[in-house]
Amino acid sequence: MQIIDRNSLDILFDTLKRRGFNLVGPTIRDGAIVYDRLTSTADLPIGWTDEQNGGTYRLKKRADVAVFGYTVGPHSWKKLLYPSVQRLWRAKRDGENFQFITEDEEVSKFAFIGVRSCELHAIAIQDKVFINGKYIDPVYKLRRENVFIVTVNCGKASGTCFCVSMNTGPRATFGFDLALTEILEDNHHRFTVEVGTERGAEILREVPHREADEEEKAKVEDIVAKTARQMGRTLDTTDIKDLLYRNYEHPRWDEVASRCLTCGNCTLVCPTCFCTTVEDVTDLTGEHAERWRKWDSCFTMDFSYIHGGSIRSSSKARYRQWMTHKLATWIDQFGTSGCVGCGRCITWCPVAIDITEEVRAIRGKE
Amino acid sequence: MTRKRKPKLAVWKFASCDGCQLSLLDCEDELLTVVDEVEIAYFLEASRAVVKGPYDLSLVEGSITTPLDVRRIQQVRQASKFLVTIGACATAGGIQALRNFKDINEFISVVYARPEYIETLDKSTPIANHVFVDFELRGCPINKRQLIEVISAFLQGRKPNTPAHSVCIECKLRGTVCVMVAHGTPCLGPITHTGCGAICPSYHRGCYGCFGPMETPNTASLSAWWSRLGAKEQDILRVFRGFNAYAEAFRKESEVHEK
Repeated sequence: MQIIDRNSLDILFDTLKRRGFNLVGPTIRDGAIVYDRLTSTADLPIGWTDEQNGGTYRLKKRADVAVFGYTVGPHSWKKLLYPSVQRLWRAKRDGENFQFITEDEEVSKFAFIGVRSCELHAIAIQDKVFINGKYIDPVYKLRRENVFIVTVNCGKASGTCFCVSMNTGPRATFGFDLALTEILEDNHHRFTVEVGTERGAEILREVPHREADEEEKAKVEDIVAKTARQMGRTLDTTDIKDLLYRNYEHPRWDEVASRCLTCGNCTLVCPTCFCTTVEDVTDLTGEHAERWRKWDSCFTMDFSYIHGGSIRSSSKARYRQWMTHKLATWIDQFGTSGCVGCGRCITWCPVAIDITEEVRAIRGKE
Repeated sequence: MTRKRKPKLAVWKFASCDGCQLSLLDCEDELLTVVDEVEIAYFLEASRAVVKGPYDLSLVEGSITTPLDVRRIQQVRQASKFLVTIGACATAGGIQALRNFKDINEFISVVYARPEYIETLDKSTPIANHVFVDFELRGCPINKRQLIEVISAFLQGRKPNTPAHSVCIECKLRGTVCVMVAHGTPCLGPITHTGCGAICPSYHRGCYGCFGPMETPNTASLSAWWSRLGAKEQDILRVFRGFNAYAEAFRKESEVHEK
């Protein structure tokens, strides 16, 4: 474990930029911490934090100058790894035939700054879906293979965090090039650095650093242990797959359906939800056609539409499908849970439907 | 594919402000292509020249509010192969459907010097209540890109891409921060039909529901949350009594909040 001081964070940013990476990370926009382009550490939400609960998110000033003193916001890294709206190809009429024009994309190299442990797990889950299986998604692969990841071990948990329950944090254990832990002391603002890859080591060599002492190593353990104790939510995952499989007809599904807006927010903020729809469009002349891919949600009627109608016409069927997929059928399909405990679906549900509460209700009155 | 003749386009007006049909003239970049592909046969906002029917595609704006409208829409339907209603008036009765919640005779007696000259219906109703409608395009006003999509789809004989899900999905695709969750601003987005491009939340305002109810609107749940955000019964009543007041889901929800 190494140590860099606060000023060296700027040097780390400059080094990554010099190596051709475009920096993306947390920054304040429209009253929230979103992920967007960063030019320097000044773009980070320095001295800010967030307060989150079901259906509410508020920025608050901190009493210090913490650089990473907040948790996850409305965006997740999937917006960069597979864009929300993407043209797949164009076609042009050519007499009686037509010509495909494929998209030759130049994708810039991204360095993701401030990725949290739950998000590393989410990226790993999407890797499984998009590039580690039988069918490889070229859009995702192109973006994913160049990404440099700077992780931050969480120094605080939000009111909707439950990574401890999902075994996905708050400490990063894999999937990063460099992992930072912020140590904020009166006269000494510094970060511990763990190196995850050779590429990470190479970058760190260009940033002034020193070996961490035993006390500093212990501080990291204290910080993540404290964060783990702050989890705003818990989810008991014991036997969860069979629990949900046994309870397709539980009355709780009707109760949650009475509140569910079927708006789709939970699926779009979820860092693992990966569903898309495809739209084919033609122009007025009929000489050009395009195929577009867009993020989709299992909460729309179109999602389950087959000839004759939608299979999941009730909101009960749609909520049950989403939650059962996330927590149970995902395990059969991909070998892990589809939930990483980031809490976004709870915070960003306009009416505060809480996945941990729904599981508790089903478990309680089985 | 070669077409023998250009399809004939007609644009009809009923009770409305003309804003939706003007959306077609607003398509400045596409207008010349539109004229290349269709014959503008009846469009009084654009030209006095009128070509006789029948028409291949009729765009109908406005709601039915008079006995004459009731007869005229039948004629329009008979003269049209494909009839598309455009805008909140034609698809839901429009803002003028606020009369539907009151006694029309009281308005007439107060507003007009000679009420006996006024021949009107007691309700403003959407076109689909009177004739078969092939396709409804929502919005107050409609979105011009969606209008071009509907015309393009008609010309190619395909289904238009005009999803019926919530505005929220459009906000999320754009990366807009949710105004309800992050600012506590009441927003109709979760129950409103998408199509506008999620404009208001991107300017930090709640959605006004200009496109009417989405496919499966849970208005009761959203109203309950609005109350928690501090909206009074009167406020909730008024947001549902907008341009789409007479759309069934909005009408029923507004009636719940009426004293």
